[in-house]
Amino acid sequence: MREWVLWRTPVLFTALHPVLPGKASATLSREYLGLKIPDGLQIVSFKWHHVEAPYIIAVWILVASLAKIVFHMSHKVTNVVPESALLIFLGLLLGGVVWGADHSASFTLTPTIFFFYLLPPIVLDAGYFMPNRLFFGNLGTILMYAVIGTVWNAALTGLSLYGVFLTGIMGPLQAGLLDFLLFGSLIAAVDPVAVLAVFEEVHVNDVLFIIVFGESLLNDAVTVVLYNVFDSFVAIGGENVTGVDCVKGIVSFFVVSIGGTLIGIIFALLLSFVTRFTKHVRIIEPGFVFIISYLSYLTSEMLSLSAILAITFAGVCCQKYVNANINEQSVTTVRYTMKMLASGSETIVFMFLGISAVDPNIWTWNTAFILLTLVFISVYRVIGVVIQTWLLNRYRMVQLEIIDQVVMSYGGLRGAVAFALVALLDPEKVKERNLFVSTTIIVVYFTVIFQGLTIKPLVSWLKVKRSEHRDPLLNEKLHGRAFDHILSAIEDISGQIGHNYMRDKWAKFERRFLSKLLMRRSAQKSRDQILNVFHELNIKDAISYVAEGERRGSLAFIRSASTDQLVNVDFSTQRPSIVDASVSALLRGNPSSVCLDMQAIEEKRKSVRDKEDTLSHHVLQQYLYKPRHQTRHKYSRHAITPNTEDNKQEKEIFRRTMKKRLESFKSTKLGVNYSKKSIKNYKKDCMPRKVNPEYSDIEEAHEHEVAHQDIGISFIASATRQALAETYNGIDNPTFISDENVMVRPAIPPWLSNEDTVVPSQRARVQIPWSPNNFRRLTPLRLSTRSVDSFQMADGPVPEHPRMTLPEGTHL
Amino acid sequence: MGATGSAVSRVPGADEIQKETGFSSAHIYRLYDRFQVLDKDDNGVLSRRDLQSIGELAVNPLGDRIIDAFFPNGVETIDFRSFVRILAHFRPTEENRQREPNASEPLNSRNSKLKFAFQLYDQDKDGKISRAELLQVLRMMVGVEVTDEQLESIADRTIQEADLDGDGTISFEEFKKSLEKVNIEQKMSIRFLR
Repeated sequence: MREWVLWRTPVLFTALHPVLPGKASATLSREYLGLKIPDGLQIVSFKWHHVEAPYIIAVWILVASLAKIVFHMSHKVTNVVPESALLIFLGLLLGGVVWGADHSASFTLTPTIFFFYLLPPIVLDAGYFMPNRLFFGNLGTILMYAVIGTVWNAALTGLSLYGVFLTGIMGPLQAGLLDFLLFGSLIAAVDPVAVLAVFEEVHVNDVLFIIVFGESLLNDAVTVVLYNVFDSFVAIGGENVTGVDCVKGIVSFFVVSIGGTLIGIIFALLLSFVTRFTKHVRIIEPGFVFIISYLSYLTSEMLSLSAILAITFAGVCCQKYVNANINEQSVTTVRYTMKMLASGSETIVFMFLGISAVDPNIWTWNTAFILLTLVFISVYRVIGVVIQTWLLNRYRMVQLEIIDQVVMSYGGLRGAVAFALVALLDPEKVKERNLFVSTTIIVVYFTVIFQGLTIKPLVSWLKVKRSEHRDPLLNEKLHGRAFDHILSAIEDISGQIGHNYMRDKWAKFERRFLSKLLMRRSAQKSRDQILNVFHELNIKDAISYVAEGERRGSLAFIRSASTDQLVNVDFSTQRPSIVDASVSALLRGNPSSVCLDMQAIEEKRKSVRDKEDTLSHHVLQQYLYKPRHQTRHKYSRHAITPNTEDNKQEKEIFRRTMKKRLESFKSTKLGVNYSKKSIKNYKKDCMPRKVNPEYSDIEEAHEHEVAHQDIGISFIASATRQALAETYNGIDNPTFISDENVMVRPAIPPWLSNEDTVVPSQRARVQIPWSPNNFRRLTPLRLSTRSVDSFQMADGPVPEHPRMTLPEGTHL
Repeated sequence: MGATGSAVSRVPGADEIQKETGFSSAHIYRLYDRFQVLDKDDNGVLSRRDLQSIGELAVNPLGDRIIDAFFPNGVETIDFRSFVRILAHFRPTEENRQREPNASEPLNSRNSKLKFAFQLYDQDKDGKISRAELLQVLRMMVGVEVTDEQLESIADRTIQEADLDGDGTISFEEFKKSLEKVNIEQKMSIRFLR
């Protein structure tokens, strides 16, 4: 139901403008001919109008990108001012230039461009990189904030403004209750573009992040419905609205939201299915992702359902299968392209928010209205957040604290979506449209610039207030970190994640039907994640073993760039460095808060003793393993976070742990009876969980193997499997929701199964210099994922000489 | 899935556990649920293997030590009561709680929490953390890039900082003293069991 209202654009800027219709081009060519013919053949001619439209678009994109480069040259500036604010300022500047040159608003952010071209990549990027487990784990909370919170904000803002209007402070306005409600509904929604731009700079813990981010995405359904409903009510005229219409409005909410979600899911399934067969067209594989996702957006838009929800869920649902199906280079291509499009779009959006403001024709100033809007949206947001949090905390396992609520209220930014929606208003129907537009611009500027600027200092002030400002002792640092690890472990043991029943059921269903349908056969087989890990481990171990040998003993690390960076609290570093200041965690005495004091230590350097002290502090700071709540991946629009550091840490610890367990198990090998009993029970346990008939045969065969072999190894194997399943979560992990059930399959990873061939070699890797023979013998075994049968043979008892059956390479 | 009266009564010894640990019946019920999930062979006790099958512990540097803490004095299996008793150390400390004069120290007091952590370091249970034990823990907690010499110097400095009576080891009192400014109550409390 959206009307396509184009602003005054004397220069052809709308990309949607059809390629010059026949008549016009004929005219132009005649003109061309008319101008040039008298001089004979032109060798070179200046054909501006020929390239005008695409040229201008390209120039704007170039300007925006160049601006980004310039901004990032100065770290000081980007530390304080969020990039979005800088872009708006630039836009204002450029808008002024254009206005000065043309005296008319030539370039503006038209709703068409925004909704068709700029918004989809941003939202798709959000959905594709969404940490699913976190998202669905907090879905209830997110939905509550998104739906109830937005309705609350919209209703209260609209009603309050109307109430104030009735008192006459605002002066004469040609607006009725419905106009105010309409305005309230479009100004109430938290904007995904703006939220992310600011939250990237302020590192918050992952739960808080996902709640605000999820809310900003999911409130689109509410916004769309409210906007459309009130828009049509305004069109019908206030007096003609009946109760039936109101009921229809409520019904339309459900239709719009669920419909949009369904469309997204359908297209995700389509996409996954298609990528199953693209083995021979690898080069264009990435294209499918974008085209099909974009189609989901457009389809939903066509059916007047929520397009943002559609494309979000398309991204959310297709993640796992697409990543599993397409080959590695395509995965990388998709990710980088998506980031590029999203980042670029966001840049352009903010810049145009600046430019679009420079148009005196739209400016209508009404002090009371503007001020009150600002006040109302802030106040109602705070109240809404507080009330909802209080309600939710009674049902949530991880409570949301005051600091979280502060961040949530303060981080509710409005952005381009509100602006685009207000630009869509019809000045005939909504008489005060210009006032609304001006107010929206001011609100957007206020939230993005002012709140964006001040949120970082606010957060650090709050966190500094809680933590003590003094030099930490070595003891405190060390033991503090130990406590973090202990706490993580205890939390894991006591099982902090609920809804296990639902997740299990879903995992079963997913494995049985969906994966078989949507994943390539080879991908299904290599889904055993241990193989993935060992694939990486093997190759990287080779490299790192050599590198480590060279590095050992050198103290070069002290002067490395990373330690120099450590002494500054650098909020804008993208990498999940130890300096990260996660808000809530910090209040729990997070070790990184001590970084504030490192500078003091540095300045103190007097004696050798102090220097040693500093050294020790540096070493600890840099090399202490990070506890789990610090190592969570972060969503970032401007960087792909491969988390190599965290993976490395996890792998190191994991190998160490497994080695230790294996050794300790071997020392208790005497207790075979006990183990046998437990493996019988273990087998019994496995049986009922085997749902997938395809795998059951292999599983049974494996279990026979297991029974014949050293039994304890299987429990280490299952531990291994579970370990990797649950830790390799999130963006890099192809799992949609972590598969806990898969882990029960006792397929034994090669490195543990056959002690004679594998384990000594693994130890040998650490102790004995490598021989090419070892290497060659090891890697093919481990890399094989072609068929599980070969593994079975490889894992089998010695007589089979598995080494002889060297399968070919893999594509993992 | 709330805790009804009948549900809690399924938990063996729920009342005593409640009295001993201070968990509410809802929490006990939830922990019992978790205990059953962990107890793969359904025999009412947890073995080391059950705890080892928790994935995250394998990538936690102190994971194995903590598992050992659940099995004191070399026992092979623990029942629900012992399980909860250990977890009770991590219950958030209530401030200003009325303490009966004869009652033993609550499991979740600051002292008890510190004692739990101390026992993780002190493997030979002599009441002191020796240099070797500290080195062991340090080794577990840092990356492979750190050389042994660096680790040793760190260990030495750590002991120097904390050791007040100069015996080269850290006793429990010294341990406590070195951490007096740290907010143990917050750092060692499970966030979601309140």
